[in-house]
Amino acid sequence: MESTRKSHFNEKFMQAIFFLSALASVIAVVAICLFLLIRGVPAIGEIGFMKFIFNESWKPTNTPPSYGILSMIVGSLYVTGGAIAIGVPVGLMCAIFLAEFCPPAVYKIVKPAVNLLAGIPSIIYGFFGMEIVVPYVREYFGGNGFSVLSASLILGIMILPTIISISESSIRAIPYSYKEGSLGLGATKEETVFKVIVPAAKSGILTSIILGVGRAVGETMAVVMVAGNAVMPIDKIRLLKPIRTLTTNIVTEMSYASGLHESSLIATGVVLFVFIIILNTALSLIKAKSLRN
Amino acid sequence: MELVNAEKNLRKRKLISLVLKAGVWLCGIMTVGILIFILLFILLRGVPNINMEFLFGTYNSDTLSAFSSIVTTFEMILISLLVAVPIGVFCAIYLTEYAKRGNKAVKVIRLAVDTLAGIPSIVYGLFGMILFVNILGFRASVLSGICTVSIMILPVIISSSEEAIKSVPDMYREGSLGLGATRLGTVFRIVVPTAMPGILSGVILAIGRIVGETAALIFTSGTNVLESPTLDLFASQRTLAIHMYMLASEGLPHSKDMAFATGAILILVVFLVNLATTKLAGRLGRLGNDK
Repeated sequence: MESTRKSHFNEKFMQAIFFLSALASVIAVVAICLFLLIRGVPAIGEIGFMKFIFNESWKPTNTPPSYGILSMIVGSLYVTGGAIAIGVPVGLMCAIFLAEFCPPAVYKIVKPAVNLLAGIPSIIYGFFGMEIVVPYVREYFGGNGFSVLSASLILGIMILPTIISISESSIRAIPYSYKEGSLGLGATKEETVFKVIVPAAKSGILTSIILGVGRAVGETMAVVMVAGNAVMPIDKIRLLKPIRTLTTNIVTEMSYASGLHESSLIATGVVLFVFIIILNTALSLIKAKSLRN
Repeated sequence: MELVNAEKNLRKRKLISLVLKAGVWLCGIMTVGILIFILLFILLRGVPNINMEFLFGTYNSDTLSAFSSIVTTFEMILISLLVAVPIGVFCAIYLTEYAKRGNKAVKVIRLAVDTLAGIPSIVYGLFGMILFVNILGFRASVLSGICTVSIMILPVIISSSEEAIKSVPDMYREGSLGLGATRLGTVFRIVVPTAMPGILSGVILAIGRIVGETAALIFTSGTNVLESPTLDLFASQRTLAIHMYMLASEGLPHSKDMAFATGAILILVVFLVNLATTKLAGRLGRLGNDK
């Protein structure tokens, strides 16, 4: 009797602990939003929303200072676009290779390689970019090497594992009957894969691309080491010119910023966070849509 | 005439097919090639620079020793796991074993976990700086870093544990409950031990993430380096990845050599982490096949 009551109490007690632990993530998300907004939004208010978002003049140490981050927003879009242009075709083709063409013996090499690529820290990618990609770009394309192109190349490599693993599993999830039907109608294997299977897997592929965009937009350390980080007027942004993104704006100036300058960097983080929320929303919309189908 | 056209058409289709096939092979090979290039580049220049003084010496501008950074990295891994693993595993238990289907809370929790997984390191860094460093007054310290990183690794631990617990066959639970075990007893004596390989692989992934983390730590635990190791949670001391970043950005030939050496250590750790997760995932996979 006594022991039953005790075990009943334990059950209830642990259940409460489990629930509280599950709430920890919710609390964390709320806290992150809250503290970023508390520190960031007043700065945006003080600078003025339009002057913050739609102004390309970033001169926080001038008198009077100006805090426009438009150039960084555009910068983030440029390097992310570049990363997608490089990473998506290669990653998607590699995913198709793994799912449809790869002999088992080769799979045992390529698959772990992709996983390893995912595990390599940003700092290694950044260092590699600084030592190999930047000098290469300087030599063969011109400029000083620290550029939109270098950042795009490194980010393109960094999003490969995300694109590959998610696209691969979505291609594998396509029912075998699709393939049989297409092959039965006389299509070659390649035609079947590219015209039937890949289009059928498009929601998974889109998911992988959005996750890749999220990774590229949020990447900091690898970009800061290869992008040169100069604030460029928007009409002067070129493939071979340096660039500053939202993330690198924070990391290059935070160590010596104070007052409104510091708050404006946190506000830069808020803008970045809004980007990520938009991407997450897009992800859950895709998920909901593919579940409905 | 028609037949000739059809034949031409077929030949064209076969050619396109061949090109596509060559394309996918090329991209597969390229992916492996890039990896091998990066690994060799760091290891070949890094490993020869690893020596006892670098690993275990005191830090000064000559040695640039990583000893204090290595110790702090271990300290950070250990304490962050102690904080995050129970929370993460309990969360997974709640989601899989206790929450009712279609429960509103579950939706909110899942959304929160997905959101946490998507937040960039630098945003975690800003948050840690605002809350732990400034508001709670931990200053730039290992403690602030640990708090920040513990939140960051939660989603990895939760999703791996959830996957692992889900893959435990219902038969096991029914057997245990049928023999008179309580629900709680079943969870801790049957479900969690069976799911252990999957949970561990989440833990190992989390270790990989902590070891490689830079952006979230640069403003929380800081870039400061001490001459000799300390376990003081309130000291500001860099981790190995930040050590590499600082050496790389100093740009002197000697510091660059040591950045390579640090990079080589990081890569070896990542390699071990990957090996361990693959092994564990394989074990869990076999469990699923027993059904």
